[in-house]
Amino acid sequence: MAVIEGRGLRKVFGAMVALDGIDLRLEEGRILGLIGPNGAGKTTALNAILGLIPYEGELKVLGRDPWHERDRLMRDVCFIADVAVLPRWARVSQLLDYVAGVHPRFDRAKAESFLARTTITLGRKVRELSKGMVTQLHLALVMATDARLLVLDEPTLGLDILYRKQFYDSLLNDYFDRSRTIVVTTHQVEEVQHILTDLTFIDCGRIVLACSMEEFDSRYVELSVRAEQLAAARALKPMYERQVLGRSLLLFDQVEREQLAALGEVRRPSIADLFVAVMGNQVVQPQGAGR
Amino acid sequence: MNHQSDATTASFDAPRVEPAAGPAPRPLYWSVRRELWENRSIYLAPLAIAAVFLAGFLISLVDLPTRVRALAALTLAQQRDALITPYEVAGGVMMLTTILVSVFYCLDALHGERRDRSILFWKSLPVSDLTTVLAKASVPIVILPVLTSVVGAVLQLIMLLLSSAVLLGSGLSAAALWARLPWLQMSLLLLYHILTAHALWPAPVYGWMLLASGWARRAAFLWATLPVVGIAGIEAMAFRTSHFLAFVGRRLIGDVPVHSFAPDVFPTDPMSHIMPGAFLSSPGLWIGLVVTAAFLAAAVRLRRYQGPI
Repeated sequence: MAVIEGRGLRKVFGAMVALDGIDLRLEEGRILGLIGPNGAGKTTALNAILGLIPYEGELKVLGRDPWHERDRLMRDVCFIADVAVLPRWARVSQLLDYVAGVHPRFDRAKAESFLARTTITLGRKVRELSKGMVTQLHLALVMATDARLLVLDEPTLGLDILYRKQFYDSLLNDYFDRSRTIVVTTHQVEEVQHILTDLTFIDCGRIVLACSMEEFDSRYVELSVRAEQLAAARALKPMYERQVLGRSLLLFDQVEREQLAALGEVRRPSIADLFVAVMGNQVVQPQGAGR
Repeated sequence: MNHQSDATTASFDAPRVEPAAGPAPRPLYWSVRRELWENRSIYLAPLAIAAVFLAGFLISLVDLPTRVRALAALTLAQQRDALITPYEVAGGVMMLTTILVSVFYCLDALHGERRDRSILFWKSLPVSDLTTVLAKASVPIVILPVLTSVVGAVLQLIMLLLSSAVLLGSGLSAAALWARLPWLQMSLLLLYHILTAHALWPAPVYGWMLLASGWARRAAFLWATLPVVGIAGIEAMAFRTSHFLAFVGRRLIGDVPVHSFAPDVFPTDPMSHIMPGAFLSSPGLWIGLVVTAAFLAAAVRLRRYQGPI
């Protein structure tokens, strides 16, 4: 059953097309990484899913129309849109009171036990907490909420590596189970690669690539070759090529693994490499045509 | 198509078991609590002003015995004036506080949450825009008037008790004081006056300010006042009159007959002079409330489309 189902999703801000008629589909129990350069339309897509902006096209989230049923939908959807959106004047205990008071699926005791593992005390004000602690607090609120869909928009932006790692570890160990669904956008692609089940690249309001991580693993292969094998490898039409420490790294799409293994070392590419290959090709193409 | 979407909704709802523990959600109640947490001036300002007023009153108590002894030489009306004036001023100060705090609150209410980006957090919770706007509108129309009335009543009670103590200490009777200043009646009158003249009557002004605070990207005060100044300017140029400005001013300061006192005489039994019937049946009140509802509806609609600024 699809948690998110969108068809022909389109959003225009003035003269700028933020979403150019995209189709989205996400099944229950998946973790989708929505990856794209700045201004690609990631946040616009998330805002449409969360009912924060009107849009053209069809969109159902958990069977509901997000724009017209936002408040009802938010009983089943949690989101951390950007870092540091918790009100700075609030005390930790006030936030717990408020969420417990308005959210039927919030478990206050659970939130407090998450907070007990951190250095955040209930009497502190949000403005007194560090950026990392504010994120921990928001995560505690979210993890204590029995939601079906969690949307994370750059949840770890500006955090140091310890907090970032801790964030995704808690998310995976304490929160995620097969009945929940997560959508995450981030620039720190390498940090989410191991948790994703699905991958979507978005650029200029269009979906450039959408695949499951199983497909990703079977389709894309990175080959490290020495100079003498380079010509043979290039003959297999790599989608991208780069030089690292005197060796050539070639990225292949749907080329037989055995064939490549004969030419050099075969590896699983990182999402970041594929991202650069896909986006890089798009940027480079017009220049190449001009040459 | 309809069947299909109904089926999807049902299947997402059906297997969920609401947690048994925990009370039913009360979004409006908690949204009002949130306003009081965020805007502590709603209760701190009346308390601070009452405290300052009380300090001034304490100093004036020094010559109270002298003034009371001199009362015998005055007429009854003059006696009452001499005793009552500080209590009237106390009531007036609380009314002024209500207006000032309401104005500053309304101009920031829908602006602050966008400025500090917390609107993204509030919108991540199952609370509708209508609930949020109603909670904010309830502050100048219900919460603050009741609060300042209570603070005013307590202030007047403390003033009475202090005066009595001073009089008794100088060997004088406090009975005349209590007879001329019926505390319970004064408190009820203050509550009645603030709720009618300073909450329901100016409601459209506060509704407009809330809307302006939701509209403005910055300088909500300018957005709220410029249209008024503009209309007043056009009227002044075209007709050489200033009815609009006077009209808005009367709304804001609560210039509406809600009781039938003579302008400079405070009656012995003030509650028998109130005119709730006349106030509640005046078309001005109801037109004002309809306009308030329209402004609030616009504010709700606006908040739906808004993100942080």
